Amino acid sequence: MVDRTLLSGNEAVARGAWEAGAAVGVGYPGTPSTEVLEAFARMDGARAQWAPNEKVALEVAAGVSIGGARTLVTMKHVGLNVAADVLFTLAYTGVAGGLVLLVADDPGMHSSQNEQDTRNYAAFAKVPLLEPADSQEALEYTRRAFEISERFDTPVIVRSTIRISHSKGLVAVGERERHAVPAYESRYAKYVMLPGNAKRRRVDLESRLGALAEYNETLDLNRMEMGDASLGVITAGVTYEYVREALPDAAILKLAMLNPLPETLIRQFTSKVDRLVVVEELDRYLTSRVKAMGLQPEELPLPRTGEFTPRMIAEALGAQPPETRQPFEDLPPRPPMLCPGCPHRGVFYTLAKMGAAVMGDIGCYTLGALPPLNAMDACVCMGASIGMAQGMELSGGAGDRPVVSVIGDSTFAHSGLTGLMNAVYNGSHATTVILDNRTTAMTGHQDNPFTGRTLMGEKAPELDIEAVCRGLGVEHVAVVDPINLGRTERALREALEHPGPSVVVMRRPCVLLVRSERSPMAVKAEKCTACSLCLELGCPALSREESGKVVIDATLCVGCAQCAAVCRYRAIAVAGRVCEAGETA
Amino acid sequence: MSDVTSVLLVGVGGQGTILAGDVLAKVAAASGMDVKLSEVHGMSQRGGSVDTMVRFGPKVHSPVVSAGQIDHLVAFEVIEAARWLPYLKPGGRLLVDRRTIAPLPVLTGALPRTVGLESALIAEDAVFVEAEPLACRAGSPRSANVVLLGALSVGLPFDAGTWRDVIAARVPPRTVESNLAAFELGRQAASGAA
Repeated sequence: MVDRTLLSGNEAVARGAWEAGAAVGVGYPGTPSTEVLEAFARMDGARAQWAPNEKVALEVAAGVSIGGARTLVTMKHVGLNVAADVLFTLAYTGVAGGLVLLVADDPGMHSSQNEQDTRNYAAFAKVPLLEPADSQEALEYTRRAFEISERFDTPVIVRSTIRISHSKGLVAVGERERHAVPAYESRYAKYVMLPGNAKRRRVDLESRLGALAEYNETLDLNRMEMGDASLGVITAGVTYEYVREALPDAAILKLAMLNPLPETLIRQFTSKVDRLVVVEELDRYLTSRVKAMGLQPEELPLPRTGEFTPRMIAEALGAQPPETRQPFEDLPPRPPMLCPGCPHRGVFYTLAKMGAAVMGDIGCYTLGALPPLNAMDACVCMGASIGMAQGMELSGGAGDRPVVSVIGDSTFAHSGLTGLMNAVYNGSHATTVILDNRTTAMTGHQDNPFTGRTLMGEKAPELDIEAVCRGLGVEHVAVVDPINLGRTERALREALEHPGPSVVVMRRPCVLLVRSERSPMAVKAEKCTACSLCLELGCPALSREESGKVVIDATLCVGCAQCAAVCRYRAIAVAGRVCEAGETA
Repeated sequence: MSDVTSVLLVGVGGQGTILAGDVLAKVAAASGMDVKLSEVHGMSQRGGSVDTMVRFGPKVHSPVVSAGQIDHLVAFEVIEAARWLPYLKPGGRLLVDRRTIAPLPVLTGALPRTVGLESALIAEDAVFVEAEPLACRAGSPRSANVVLLGALSVGLPFDAGTWRDVIAARVPPRTVESNLAAFELGRQAASGAA
């Protein structure tokens, strides 16, 4: 028996790229894709980089490829929106060294702002797309994607979904192949997309797609599993595993390459089965194409949003639901929240107190929108907050309320700079708050251009946020430690009074990054008036007792003292002092 | 598929469900079985409700199953035990760490504290484990997750030696001893209860 290792889908993709001889990996962190590049960075002979955003990542990869080496680019589904400009024309130029994009979708939106289906991008950008169903296939398909990329002169998308990326399975691994980089030669007609060249490459692209469709007809990765032919299912990706489990006897056409589709193969399969169904999560990508071939799959009552399970598929085909226990009623929900001691907490508390209209951005700090802080009015996509604040100002809708955008350090590097440039250019008065916690926290603490370290753990020039903002033309740039609530409020007020655009950098490392040296806080019960003001901070270390008074869980408290700053009755102090005073609480 | 066993580990972000699931999956693999593990990280890690599913048997297709299909539900916390209970199949095994971690809406007083969950879970044949006190006895409160694995191991077809080998290889080197002690105490607790 072959030795098999337990790997997540993400680790398996990294391994597949490494085995294919990929020299460079580049990407931007985003759930559920982040661990691919982190795993790749740990591999012998691989060079991995975090780019400031997905567009830059794909541009770097384009250069690696044109230079002749193999390269892996990683991003989450919405990252491809950012990189799309590069992708659509790279489909024209094609590649020299194999170029594979790992794009991880998030059906069910476990950690995303939308549920877009990357398969549509493959058809739209005219590039091949492979979709694995487990960790073993994640490795094999990625390896194969590099071959396809070079053979058909095209970037290739490997699409994962959260249940592939974050599931683990047993994988038989292989050796790394040596991929020699040929001597570089300029190829103007292939790589300079002036209209004259682009027109020729556009025609060439169609013939490459034709050749790919033909290749897909006999691709050994597609599988026709002919069981009981009374029901035939066309499916792909993790949904295949759900179908196989729900319908152990059904005939299945499991497709590996979903663009361009193997029409003859699909017709062949259809002709062999009595009933035809297509099972796919999210968009009806396969269904609409199968129908366009003139075939008539039966419609199943499956949702068009969220993830499937084997049971859902079985029940859509008529199985009785299993007996289940009664759910408990009125259980309190457990939403995610800012950690105890999180430096973002006081900023949102202060903004709410000031009645600011807050345009938010993507990161842990989006949680500032939840109760009890309730301090965010809108959040759309990476980097959007700064431009949105300018628009809010133009609308006049906020009236006398101050207009503020809130953006993290990594998100600012990703796509905040151009928004800030616009604020200066078009004379906005809005204040930009940059939450500089020295890391990309939400996705698990990745480095970025402001942290002074690279993905490979090397030292890097630490970009100076204040200098960047001044360089873009912002005259008023202040820096504050946000756990000092008094200074935070003063800095915000000063910035808002400034006639031009202003920036306040709230600088304090993520509480998970630096072990706290401070003693936990405690409440002096006799001074606590049960006013609950401190609970407005939404700190999980604080809780309200039956009496209405507040207690602090010393095992959770990291001693940031933001609650003490909020308390009007001086009822919260460092725990040690409370004990000295002879308190029992 | 009846020849596949499904285990669901639930708790609160930061409690160590991910490490526990990883150990279980490796034990199943080391015992010659096919195995799949599914977990979701990202935003829910910030103190939210978390779940890890591990399925093992001769051949495992889906990494996840639906309500009514779990053989062993291990809850690291009482409210999460109640929340995920519908996943447990009739006759399935329910192990619960007897601790309650109040969610934020309860801490702030926006929602009332839960009452009577423990007795309701006992009516569902829950076996309670004092994971935290036992973990402290073993040398570190952080090994409560391994106490629960010890309790879970009693009902699974794997050799205790395999468990110990995987735990020793998976936890930080300086915590091997306390984790192995935690595993034993969990096993004893569950054997006593059964």
